[in-house]
Amino acid sequence: MSTESAPVPKSGVAEDVQQGPRVAVSALVTNLREYGLILALIAIMVFFQYTTSGTLFKPVNLSNLVQQNSFIIVMALGMLLVIVSGHIDLSVGSVAGFIGALAAMMMVIWPLGPFSNPLVVSIICLIIGGAIGAGQGYWIAYHRIPSFIVTLAGMLIFRGICQALLGGGSSVGPLPAGFKALSSGFIPDVIGSLTLIPPVVNAAGKTIVGSGLTLHMTTIVIGLVAVLAYAYFGLRARRSRERHGYQAEPFTLFVVKTLVTSALALFLVYQFATYRGLPIVLVVMGVLIALFVFVTKRMTVGRRIYAMGGNAKAAQLSGIKTERLTLMVFINMGVLSALGGLIIAARLGQAVPAAGLGSELDVIAAVFIGGASAMGGVGQVIGAVVGGFIMGVMNNGMSIMGVNVDWQQVVKGLVLLGAVVFDVYNKNKA
Amino acid sequence: MASTILEMRDITKTFPGVKALSNVNLSVEEGEIHAVVGENGAGKSTLMKVLSGVYPSGTYDGEIIYRGDECHFKGIHDSERRGIVIIHQELALVPMLSIAENIFLGNEHARYGVIDWNANETRTSALLKKVGLKEDPKTLITNIGVGKQQLVEIAKALSKEVQLLILDEPTASLSEKDSQALLDLLLEFKRQGITSILISHKLNEINRVADKVTIIRDGRTIETLPKGDISEDRIITSMVGRSLDDRYPSREPEIGEIVLQVRNWSVYHPIHAERQVIKGIDIDVRKGEVVGIAGLMGAGRTEFAMSLFGRSYGRRISGEVLLNGKPIDVSSVGKAVEHGIAYVTEDRKTYGLNLIDHIKHNITLANLPGVSRHSVIDDMRELAVANDYKAKTNIRSSSVYQMTGNLSGGNQQKVVLSKWLFANPEVLILDEPTRGIDVGAKYEIYTIIARLASEGKAIIVISSEMPELLGITDRIYVMNEGRIVGEMAASDASQEKIMRAIVRGEGKAS
Repeated sequence: MSTESAPVPKSGVAEDVQQGPRVAVSALVTNLREYGLILALIAIMVFFQYTTSGTLFKPVNLSNLVQQNSFIIVMALGMLLVIVSGHIDLSVGSVAGFIGALAAMMMVIWPLGPFSNPLVVSIICLIIGGAIGAGQGYWIAYHRIPSFIVTLAGMLIFRGICQALLGGGSSVGPLPAGFKALSSGFIPDVIGSLTLIPPVVNAAGKTIVGSGLTLHMTTIVIGLVAVLAYAYFGLRARRSRERHGYQAEPFTLFVVKTLVTSALALFLVYQFATYRGLPIVLVVMGVLIALFVFVTKRMTVGRRIYAMGGNAKAAQLSGIKTERLTLMVFINMGVLSALGGLIIAARLGQAVPAAGLGSELDVIAAVFIGGASAMGGVGQVIGAVVGGFIMGVMNNGMSIMGVNVDWQQVVKGLVLLGAVVFDVYNKNKA
Repeated sequence: MASTILEMRDITKTFPGVKALSNVNLSVEEGEIHAVVGENGAGKSTLMKVLSGVYPSGTYDGEIIYRGDECHFKGIHDSERRGIVIIHQELALVPMLSIAENIFLGNEHARYGVIDWNANETRTSALLKKVGLKEDPKTLITNIGVGKQQLVEIAKALSKEVQLLILDEPTASLSEKDSQALLDLLLEFKRQGITSILISHKLNEINRVADKVTIIRDGRTIETLPKGDISEDRIITSMVGRSLDDRYPSREPEIGEIVLQVRNWSVYHPIHAERQVIKGIDIDVRKGEVVGIAGLMGAGRTEFAMSLFGRSYGRRISGEVLLNGKPIDVSSVGKAVEHGIAYVTEDRKTYGLNLIDHIKHNITLANLPGVSRHSVIDDMRELAVANDYKAKTNIRSSSVYQMTGNLSGGNQQKVVLSKWLFANPEVLILDEPTRGIDVGAKYEIYTIIARLASEGKAIIVISSEMPELLGITDRIYVMNEGRIVGEMAASDASQEKIMRAIVRGEGKAS
């Protein structure tokens, strides 16, 4: 397709060495999807910050936001791989509900002795989640039964078992405090806190809640280390590209991107630090996100999942064991659904029959808002995470604003449709 | 003197970053068969899409004058209303609907939305008769072969009162016999006054039916030749912009020890378990040797190759594979690749490429360990590998980050080849390596094959184009009905000899 208008370089070596605003703009346009999503999240945050008169970014609310939505994002990580490999999993909400019920029964009702320890129970639950994923994945991978049908069946089965376990409509609790820490706990401040402004003490000798300013220093240090690591690895990858003579994105764009991301991260970390520090569940989520970014971007197994979703037959004829890979994707999904179930139960402090009900749709919506293709082969972890946060911030912001739950659904539906329409429009324009 | 039915003047069509057509002119006279030829990616299909309104008026420059009127087609419906019908390379039929339903799809004889099936089927029968297809209108499309499906497409065009019929490589996936029938049909249409534009790679077909040939190269019209001036050499020269004295690169074969031996290889059909598809095949290939497998469609060549390659085809596979004298296990694709066997598919879009990913990721897919350590991919090493193979196989693209789905057939084929070369096989099985690609790219593929042989690889080429086999191989096996029915040195072989072996083999088999 070469024509005289576009001189074709001999190899991929440094096409645009010159770095001007024009290049920056064109790079911005080509990465519109990626940046657009993050900009959309920021715009939505700013919007709700304004309409809730500043409540959204209040440290207490930020902690709530994370605790309310982390299970969606955790499950979205698994769902991304499922959708990239060309499948769907409708059972995640039911599996999460079932695992929550199972965990509660093991910890509170059944006399299991040492096995009712929260940590032991959690590990057993994750393994059972993996087994559920394997069970569903087996039919999908080795018998080629459409994932929609298998997981629709799973959705009914595990919701049923969840309700049966809990004995009809009752809830089981309260769960031990050690378990609840998974959702509502904060990391311990091993460094110690730094008091910037001492709290006001009233005449009665009691401190006034919310007065003064004390920083959770462990949180600040973790935040700084994370941001520095982010900048360092970004710069190192850049250097490596340049050293090999390949073009990197324009430096100005790189700097702006790094600065904006870092500033946003540091702002959030600071807000957490003025409250009680980083929620434990946020740390768990952060580690998982980093792991999944690494697996999808850098590891062979991630590459193979994308290839399988793009063209399963070609992948198979390239020596990829597509059946086994599909099975692994569903096992992973099962484990993450179980983790999601544990997080929900820990947050509620009890297991309820409706735990996780309908959350599969939020999870799937997050992945699609994040730019994944329903046809498979396309989608990014960061996209799914940002998509999950967009859903979460909208839930949270609209609740604070007092928008009726019914209308919240309408708005979320419109955002999902809008994001995918934007995607398709972009693709056709290119 | 015939009048001009269609004139396209100074058509220029730009895609972001690429000028696909630049001041193309095409003038077609009433009642002629006008061939349009050019390399893949030269802009033929784009030109036809401009004409039929797939790219609506306003998205290109230039004017289209059809029957004296300047036309501004906004979509396919506009052009079809004027009697311009295009039949795309990839057929647009619904497999699970009947012939009649397909022909009148979107155009049914109906009253208040209720379909009059009798009227549809009667008309369908009449149309099928016209194109010489003896099938019940109620037959499902999925139950008839590609050749007949092509005829259904043409019948569908006739139902739209076609005056100008555009065929985009209609014979690309047809057998010799079906192709001949199709060409005869075009000639018959010509007698009835229907004008045709025929896009084709096959120069012998053009020779046979075309009244005029327009050659397009790099989005420009090179020349239009009247019937008298049409010659293969002239067309090839114009197409590639240089003369191809030799259509096959010369090489000095250095043939060594036997690398691959297949002994008594038998395979049964995956669905019809009683049918034996491959019946006890023995072949061997030496180091540095290019071995051809000739045969007609359905001889079982692809089935043989795919069953050999990790049991990707068939059931109850038996037989022995020896590599350098030692038996090897090829029961999965992974194992076959590990032992140094690679299979380059005949259908690169379905089995060869991830079309929604870029060149780099496609090239390394079969050998990811080769660019990774502890399962972590080294991005820089991968990029270097991709650029290396892009240069080696001369893939024409702006960078290795171009989607393979946007490449021309020849470049796609080079990506698939690169993928398998990077897997570093000892034995390379190439199934129809030049199908659907243009003359220039074919030569490049032949050059790559010759180079690989000189590097000591053992190569098996499956091809339906006999001149190609004669031109590039050292030895030819002839296959028919699942058996090897002949073996000859390429220097002794001829098309006749191969055909004779097939015919004799048929006698034996029955």
